[in-house]
Amino acid sequence: MPKIKLPTKSPHIDMTPMVDLFSVVLIFLMLTTTMRQPEPANVDTPFSISETPIPDFNTMTFLLATDGKIFMNFDNGPDTLLKYRPKILQEMGNRYGIEFTPAELRAFEKMKSSMGVPINQMKEYLNAKDNNVRNSLQTGIPIDSADNQLAMWILFARQVNPNIQACLKGDSKTGFESVEKVLDILQDRNVNRFSLITSLEAAKINLEEIQQ
Amino acid sequence: MAEIIVEEKAKGGKRKAKKHPPHIDMTPMVDLMCLLIVFFMLTTAFSKAKVMDIILPEKIKDPTKQEAPRISASRTLNILLGPNDKVYIYPGSVKPEDYSAVPPNLPPLTETDFSAEGIRMVLLERNRALFRKINDFNQEVISGRISISQDSARSMVSKLKSDDDTGPIVLIKAHKSANYGNFVDILDEMNICGIARYTFVKIAWYEERMVELASGGAASQATASAN
Repeated sequence: MPKIKLPTKSPHIDMTPMVDLFSVVLIFLMLTTTMRQPEPANVDTPFSISETPIPDFNTMTFLLATDGKIFMNFDNGPDTLLKYRPKILQEMGNRYGIEFTPAELRAFEKMKSSMGVPINQMKEYLNAKDNNVRNSLQTGIPIDSADNQLAMWILFARQVNPNIQACLKGDSKTGFESVEKVLDILQDRNVNRFSLITSLEAAKINLEEIQQ
Repeated sequence: MAEIIVEEKAKGGKRKAKKHPPHIDMTPMVDLMCLLIVFFMLTTAFSKAKVMDIILPEKIKDPTKQEAPRISASRTLNILLGPNDKVYIYPGSVKPEDYSAVPPNLPPLTETDFSAEGIRMVLLERNRALFRKINDFNQEVISGRISISQDSARSMVSKLKSDDDTGPIVLIKAHKSANYGNFVDILDEMNICGIARYTFVKIAWYEERMVELASGGAASQATASAN
C-alpha cells in the first residue's frame, strides 16, 4: 500500500485576525488610561485600607512635599466648557492686580500638574518655554499670615466651583507642622471635610487573638 | 523585518512578477503589541489613587459664645502622635487645676507604636463589643446569609456605629514632631478597628510637654530643628 505522503509545507499561521484583535485592545487601553502627571515634588503617599477611588472632577489637591513646600492643583471640571482653572487664575489676578493675557490663561488651563508658584511669578511661570525654568520657579505657595496666597486660592477655587472637594496628598515623611498649617487655613475657610490620598494596603485582624 | 516573498520567474528575458499576494511576517508586530498591551494593562490597574475621607469638627471661632462639647472622661482615650513613629496614649482628661499646678500634675503616658500588636490591640480591646458586631455583620453579608446591597450594608454598619455607647471616644492629637504618615496611619487604625467616635483635635500645651517628657528629648529636638 502506498503511504500517504503529506506535502512538506512550512506551517504558516495567518496572524492578521490576531493583530486586529490586539490593535483594538491596545487602542482601547491607550484611550482609557489617564497618564500620570509629573508632579513638581516626589511624594510617596502613605497606605490605608480605604477603597474609595479618588474623584475625577471637582477636586482641589494640596501636595505637601517633604521639605515643607506646598503645591496646589485644580481640575477644569467635568465639562470642557466650564474652564474652572482659567477662571480661578483670573480671580487671583484681579485680587493681586495682575492682568493675565488670554494666552496665559489658556496655558494655565492646559497645565495638568500641580503648581507651587507665588502669584507675582505666575506670568514668568506660564510663559516659560523650558521645564527646568518652570521647576526652578516652583518655590511653594506662600502661606505666611502676612501673605497667605494659599487661602486666596482656596477662596477663589470655592467661589468658582462651589462643589470643589479638598484632597490632601502628602508624603508620609512630611512633618506635621506644614500639614497642620494647611488644615488650619482650610478650617478658617469652613472647609471641614477632607480626602486624604493614600495607596491601598490590606489589613487583617485576628479576632480570636483579641478575645483571649 | 517584513519579509516579502515574491516568487519570480524569468520568462523570455523579461522578469515578471507572478500574481501572488505578498506575505508579510507579522510575528514581530504581534510581539510588540503584546508587550504594549501588558504594559498598559499593568499601569492602568494601579494608577488610580484611593482616598480616605475625614471630617474635622468645626473650628470654634468665638469661645465665649460656643461651649466645647462635653464628653465623658471614662470613655475618652487620648492618642498623642510623637516623634519617631511613636504613639502615646492616656485615658480620661487632665483637669485645669492639675496642669496649671506647679509643677504640673500630668498623667503618665503609655508608649506604643503602629504595629499590629501596638495601638491596634489597645483600640480593639476597648472597642471589642462594637468591633464584634460589625465583624459578625460583615461575615454574614460575605457568606450570603443576609442578602443586602452594598450601600445598605454600609449604612447598617454606620448605624451600628452610631448606636454604640460603650466604645471609646478617641481624641487624636499630633505633636509637631510627628509626620503626615503617622496621621494617616492612626486614622486608618480607626477604620480598621471600627471606632465609632474619633476626631482630630489640636494638641494642648501640656500635652506637648507630656510628649516631650515621655520621648526623652527626641520631640523637643525635632521642634528645635523645625524652628
